[in-house]
Amino acid sequence: MIKSKSHRPGVLFYRILRYISIGAAALAVLSLAAVTIYVLVNGTGKLSAELMFGEYDETPSILPAFVGTLELIFIACITAIPIGVASAVFLSEYTGGKGKLVRAIRVATETLAGIPSIVYGLFGYLVFVVTFGWGYSILGGGLTLAIMILPVIVRSTEESLLAVPAAYREGAFALGAGKVRTIFKVVLPSAASGIVTAVILAVGRVVSESAVLILTIGMVVNKVPENVLAPGTSLALDIYYFASHGYPDQAAATSVVLLVFVAVLNLIAGGLGRLLKRSAGGLK
Amino acid sequence: MESAYGLIRTKEAFMKGLFLLCAVFSILALVTITVFLLVSGIPFIAETGVGEFLLGLEWAPLADSPAYGILPMIAATLYVTALSVVIGLGTGLFTAVCLFRFCNRRLAVVIRQMINLLAGIPSVIFGLFGMTVIVPFVRDYLSPNGVGYGILSSSLVLGIMVLPTIVSVSLDALNSVPESYYEGALALGATKEQVTFKVMLPAARSGILAGAVLAIGRAVGETMAVIMVIGGSPEMPTGLFQSVRTLTANIAMGAMELSGDALSALIATGVVLFVFTLLLNISFSMLKRDKTAGKSKGVLNDKK
Amino acid sequence: MKVFTENMTITAKDCNLYYGDFHALRDINISIPGKKVTALIGPSGCGKSTFLKIFNRMNDLVEGCRITGEYRIGEIDIFDKTTDINLLRKNVGMVFQKPNPFPMSIYDNIAFAPRTFGIKRKDELDEIVRTSLQKAGIWDEVKDRLRKSALGISGGQQQRLCIARALAASPRVLLMDEPTSALDPISTGKIEELTDELKKEITILIVTHNMQQATRIADMTAFFLLGELVEYGTTDRIFSCPSDKRTENYITGRFG
Repeated sequence: MIKSKSHRPGVLFYRILRYISIGAAALAVLSLAAVTIYVLVNGTGKLSAELMFGEYDETPSILPAFVGTLELIFIACITAIPIGVASAVFLSEYTGGKGKLVRAIRVATETLAGIPSIVYGLFGYLVFVVTFGWGYSILGGGLTLAIMILPVIVRSTEESLLAVPAAYREGAFALGAGKVRTIFKVVLPSAASGIVTAVILAVGRVVSESAVLILTIGMVVNKVPENVLAPGTSLALDIYYFASHGYPDQAAATSVVLLVFVAVLNLIAGGLGRLLKRSAGGLK
Repeated sequence: MESAYGLIRTKEAFMKGLFLLCAVFSILALVTITVFLLVSGIPFIAETGVGEFLLGLEWAPLADSPAYGILPMIAATLYVTALSVVIGLGTGLFTAVCLFRFCNRRLAVVIRQMINLLAGIPSVIFGLFGMTVIVPFVRDYLSPNGVGYGILSSSLVLGIMVLPTIVSVSLDALNSVPESYYEGALALGATKEQVTFKVMLPAARSGILAGAVLAIGRAVGETMAVIMVIGGSPEMPTGLFQSVRTLTANIAMGAMELSGDALSALIATGVVLFVFTLLLNISFSMLKRDKTAGKSKGVLNDKK
Repeated sequence: MKVFTENMTITAKDCNLYYGDFHALRDINISIPGKKVTALIGPSGCGKSTFLKIFNRMNDLVEGCRITGEYRIGEIDIFDKTTDINLLRKNVGMVFQKPNPFPMSIYDNIAFAPRTFGIKRKDELDEIVRTSLQKAGIWDEVKDRLRKSALGISGGQQQRLCIARALAASPRVLLMDEPTSALDPISTGKIEELTDELKKEITILIVTHNMQQATRIADMTAFFLLGELVEYGTTDRIFSCPSDKRTENYITGRFG
């Protein structure tokens, strides 16, 4: 009976498809892993103290990029997190998810999320470099990145807020707490683990981004920026610079640094998320 | 006592206003971006002539008699995007099917997490990988003319980059197909493979399509990985092994020499790209709406 | 806003409540004595929980809910413009069907209401936390783990914690919405004993599905059916010689 099944027409064809799909999965995993492994294997040996912490004179150094990256993260975060979390609070706590305004906000965030980063770069150039007259600056780059990560923060924060049980809100209201107090003391702390994860993923995007920065921060790779209005560079931008200006070894080494940076962010996101969940009381 | 509560009421109203203001910021940002791009880009397009700009074959902004035709870039963008999505969709869809049904559950979860993690690799690293591995490989083993940079290399790099998107969206779509379809078809005597490919996959098609649109969006918008492997000649694409320039690459490559009309030309390119992604966005949200609306109909449709 | 006085009689006059087009409560008139336990009984969907939530205005949170009539606790008009809703809720505590401690420490849960109303000094808060937990009869069980998460204790303990949390606001009235329906018999017993203790100081309204519970703890009982108040009187009378046929049918178990 079972045997006769495989003699039916078409059965063999679909069995072959099954093996193709297994092959495809292997190929997908391999090709993605190959990128990571290649970069790590190829670049680790080329790391040197000079590259990491040295002065940028005869030999390149990524010290300016370290400083630039941290400043970009800082600027993007202090701008995008309050605005993003506040908009998510508005969407989830004040509107019930309905109404024209809510739809407009949603369409806007979705559209912002779909705009290519190079277009953000052009926008940042037009606004900060030209209109504001700052020239290329870390501040302009950071603010452009803030707009870019805003949709990410709004969406994931809103999801975490919606996951907070209604019973918590009711409980707080029933004790005489006003809406604002309920939001800040009960709802947001309950959603903290989700929000922190979202923020760290957004930081990951800031760290990875380079197209925006080409047009906004000037790719000045050899000078530690004196202040946020000075032009500068970032780790990701350095990789592009090194790769396209004849420093393949430095590009490979910097890639390792960047990958480790991103991996650490992911680990922190996971770990911090779990920790906050535990302190909120999910586990004993 | 009374005034204290009045104060609280004012504070409530104030905070609500503040939250609202922040929420409206997204709309404001979108409007500002649109306005800035259009105001800076449209006059230039009008001056050059819409036909001349969109359909012109020559791009030479720094020549004595400058020419601003972006048709080669549009064609290259479409070419590279189509090829990379075919590569990504071919591999990604089968991968999703495998993780969905033909793979140990535990392993599937691990692989999925791994793929999600790899989605976070910065695009500049994909570009570097393309530059140091794919381009030499294409040049030495595949290319008939000894050119490594170009359409095939870009498409391969982008194909890998869109994989995580396609796998994860397709897997979600497959998982949301009611299990009763699967069991029903199995009960009719079809094999596991037949059911998966003939019943489950078609039932998940709208979700998969949405994933494809998302992937197209990523491929169209990707800049850094592309400029590192595309070559950059603003020529009409004719073959796989040819250095070309996409819209994004055009903006990034010209970015270093921004001035006067050349700058306006780049912004105009950005406007075209922006409109392109808006259209993709609209079709994506329409597909998403279709998916939710079609769910109840699905049962009838799939009976045939 | 007027202040709460010793007079804590709760009255509802011509009470009508609508959810959109649905007429959920019809022409209810009732006067509930202070410092007593009053049980609201009736089949599911009869409006007893809805009626209960009028008195701390939790229905305000429900979209499309419209209330007419006059409602007083003592001299205070619940829906008067000068009545501060937060202060009202401080004075009219509520315990929900499912225990809903906040995901924070036991101490912070209890201190939530006092902090909301401006008490910041640690010794004062410590005192309130201790007395509230003692009144709710759970002090001995949790006194060594005040800084631990409130979600780590059992369901019955969580519900008593929620009672303590409400008591920490020093309410005049306590609304209990089927507080024991999610609990085991032992925890239920503890909470029933508690109501006896608490009614010395505060007025308790309790919604219950369990008629034995009503007879055990309630001084007064009100029977609701399809949004109407069918009968109201002392628990003894309602259960021994109901005057309405529908009440009799319900308490003898013919429907519900």
